[in-house]
Amino acid sequence: MSDRKPPQDQGDTIPGDESPDTVGPQGAMGYTLGLFLAALLTAASFWAASTDLIWGPAVPAAIVVLAVAQMGVHLAFFLHITTGPDNTNNVIALAFGVFVVVLVIVGSVWVMTHLDHNMHNMPAEAMMRMR
Amino acid sequence: MMLGKLDWSAIPFDQPIPLVAAGTVGLIGLATLVWITRKGHWPYLWKEWITSVDHKRIGVMYTTLALVMLIRGFVDAIMMRTQQSIATGGAQGYLPPEHYDQLFSAHGTIMIFFGAMPFIVGLMNFVVPLQLGVRDVAFPTLNSVSFWLTAAGALLVNMSLVIGEFARTGWLPYAPLSETSYSPGVGVDYYLWAIQIAGVGTLMSGVNLVTTILKMRAPGMSYLRMPMFCWTALGSNMLIVAAFPILTATLAMLTLDRYFGFHFFTNDAGGNMMMFMNLIWAWGHPEVYILILPAFGIFSEIFSTFSGKPLFGYRSMVAATLFIVVVSFTVWLHHFFTMGAGADVNAAFGIATSVIAVGTGVKVFNWLFTMYGGRVRFPTPMLWSLAFMVVFVIGGMTGVLLAVPPADFMLHNSLFLVAHFHNVIVGGVVFGAFAGYTYWFPKAFGFRLDETWGKRAFWPSLIGFTLTFGALYVVGLEGMTRRLQHVEVEEWVPWLHVALAGVGFMLVGVVAQVIQLVVSIRNREALRDTTGDPWDGRSLEWSTASPPPHFNFAVLPDVHGEEVYWGIKQKAIESQQLAEAPAYEHIVMPRNSATGVVTAFFATAIGFALIWHIWWLAGLGFVGAYATFVVFAWRKEEEYEVPADEVREADHARRAAREAWLAQHRDEQVPA
Repeated sequence: MSDRKPPQDQGDTIPGDESPDTVGPQGAMGYTLGLFLAALLTAASFWAASTDLIWGPAVPAAIVVLAVAQMGVHLAFFLHITTGPDNTNNVIALAFGVFVVVLVIVGSVWVMTHLDHNMHNMPAEAMMRMR
Repeated sequence: MMLGKLDWSAIPFDQPIPLVAAGTVGLIGLATLVWITRKGHWPYLWKEWITSVDHKRIGVMYTTLALVMLIRGFVDAIMMRTQQSIATGGAQGYLPPEHYDQLFSAHGTIMIFFGAMPFIVGLMNFVVPLQLGVRDVAFPTLNSVSFWLTAAGALLVNMSLVIGEFARTGWLPYAPLSETSYSPGVGVDYYLWAIQIAGVGTLMSGVNLVTTILKMRAPGMSYLRMPMFCWTALGSNMLIVAAFPILTATLAMLTLDRYFGFHFFTNDAGGNMMMFMNLIWAWGHPEVYILILPAFGIFSEIFSTFSGKPLFGYRSMVAATLFIVVVSFTVWLHHFFTMGAGADVNAAFGIATSVIAVGTGVKVFNWLFTMYGGRVRFPTPMLWSLAFMVVFVIGGMTGVLLAVPPADFMLHNSLFLVAHFHNVIVGGVVFGAFAGYTYWFPKAFGFRLDETWGKRAFWPSLIGFTLTFGALYVVGLEGMTRRLQHVEVEEWVPWLHVALAGVGFMLVGVVAQVIQLVVSIRNREALRDTTGDPWDGRSLEWSTASPPPHFNFAVLPDVHGEEVYWGIKQKAIESQQLAEAPAYEHIVMPRNSATGVVTAFFATAIGFALIWHIWWLAGLGFVGAYATFVVFAWRKEEEYEVPADEVREADHARRAAREAWLAQHRDEQVPA
């Protein structure tokens, strides 16, 4: 509908929507820069996995750090999540989504570990009888 | 085989009950179709309802589907209560165990997914855009697709009555019972595909309403000026968007187990059935708040309207709603306290469960203070709301009792639990749905529902509800477990008879509700709502005509302050004139689309084909559904124009009615 106007007290944009006054990296330059950074981070994680320069046990940590940076690049350059006032909904939606995912995953791991632990005392043949 | 697993043995010729039931429903359906054809109503139905993308029409269709399914689920309930009352001692009753198991599974599945959910979604669909002061939801055609997919799921569940069987695994198909080794029939497959198809519809409807509320409010309608119902709808739909993917994924994993021999939830080969409980309740607990939050919104609107006062503690209501949204994701383990987690896990989830009651407590006190000092009126919607407040507090307290793990170890799996969740879902969601139905009915159809029959429906329902679930609390405390096809303990039998008597009262309530509708339609001229504001309402839906024009508002309202329409009315009384007639402009509205109903047709075909392993039909269905999507995506005309003259004419009629209203308030003093 053409007469759809957002409320006047806020000017939120949808992800991928580009308007001239939007802050943050925009346009072809923004995407190119994003692509470059994403490729760089990908290459860096392959490098981190194969090099001897990093102390062995620290390699997973390094890869996690690079992965988080990769997510940040995607959010900022491709999904245009910024800290600007026109982006509040997107940021809140992202935060809520991440929060729920973390709750469900961490909660599930905690719950299932407990169940697993409490099942260990059961003899194998009792387990068979539960079939 | 052309028809996969399907052959004549799927029709239960040896079981008279489903056969007669299906025959009766089939005959009624056929008679309706013949009547529609002979009266020549098809063009009207097709243009005005089936292909409509109007949020009001879709809301009404959702609600109608819900009312029909509530009756279907209630019939299951009558049969279960009767069976338990007569199958005692030596008597076996009239339902064999395998039929009884299907019955309680179908009852739960239908009541939650196809009764309560469509009722709530329908009310949100109808009311939210009107309260926000906009013309439609964000994605009107998607809305139609959502509704028809829900209807497709409902159709599949009801087909299982006569073609094959339904699941015997309860309303949530716990693994490993629902795995192929223990449930080789098509029952669980019916469940899986019906819920998956309807679930896609619900998820899309959630996305649609969240977008509508966040992006499409009338000018000046800031978040903290939205009516309470919009806030609770926002909370509920955020939960849908966050939680329904968990259900979809969990049921998809069970589907892979059943169709391709995977081992997600099996006993052997490294499967873990406890993961099913864990995931299904990670969706299942938010689901109960998806249902109850909009009901809280309905009660907020009703208490405020019929007390003639603004809602007490509006901001604390908003905070309590958002608190419930977040905390509802931290309590799911209380559904399986007894299944082997340690004390610290149980304690954490038990405390979280008790804490969530604080949010609801805040709401109850706000409703009480809303009524305090007000001029309280008691029409039917208010009666449902008051009854809700009393019974919900009782249900809440038994809930907090069950949240204490040691108590839960005594009470789990008993009829005490069954009584508890019926107490909150019937007393909360269903009472809320009926309150909302009588409250917004005049807005939808332009005439009020008959008050006398409304009260005649209310009182037997409340008495029956109290008798049935009161008795179930008692037998639950005496140790009776749920889902018993046959009752051995003689001491429980009198209470089961009380419960059956309660069901009888509720049946009177249901019949009165149907009579109310018929009587109101016949007396519609006397019950006509000419002003658009039959209850002296406070929010924007009452500012437009009843029923609203398809474009809702002639001009989008300009919002100043909370309780917009109340403010406008006070100003009109004070200055003794309506606001000046605005400049009318043409309005662009979305065109009707058959996309929804066609997609649902193919979705039903896919579902049915996958249940019976008719692979060619499933393929055909997928191609058809995809083709529908392509045709829709390439459509040339998506909108049409309502000329300014038509808008002016519609608004003049409304203004004339408001002038008459104002004339009645000539001598009224505006309270300072």
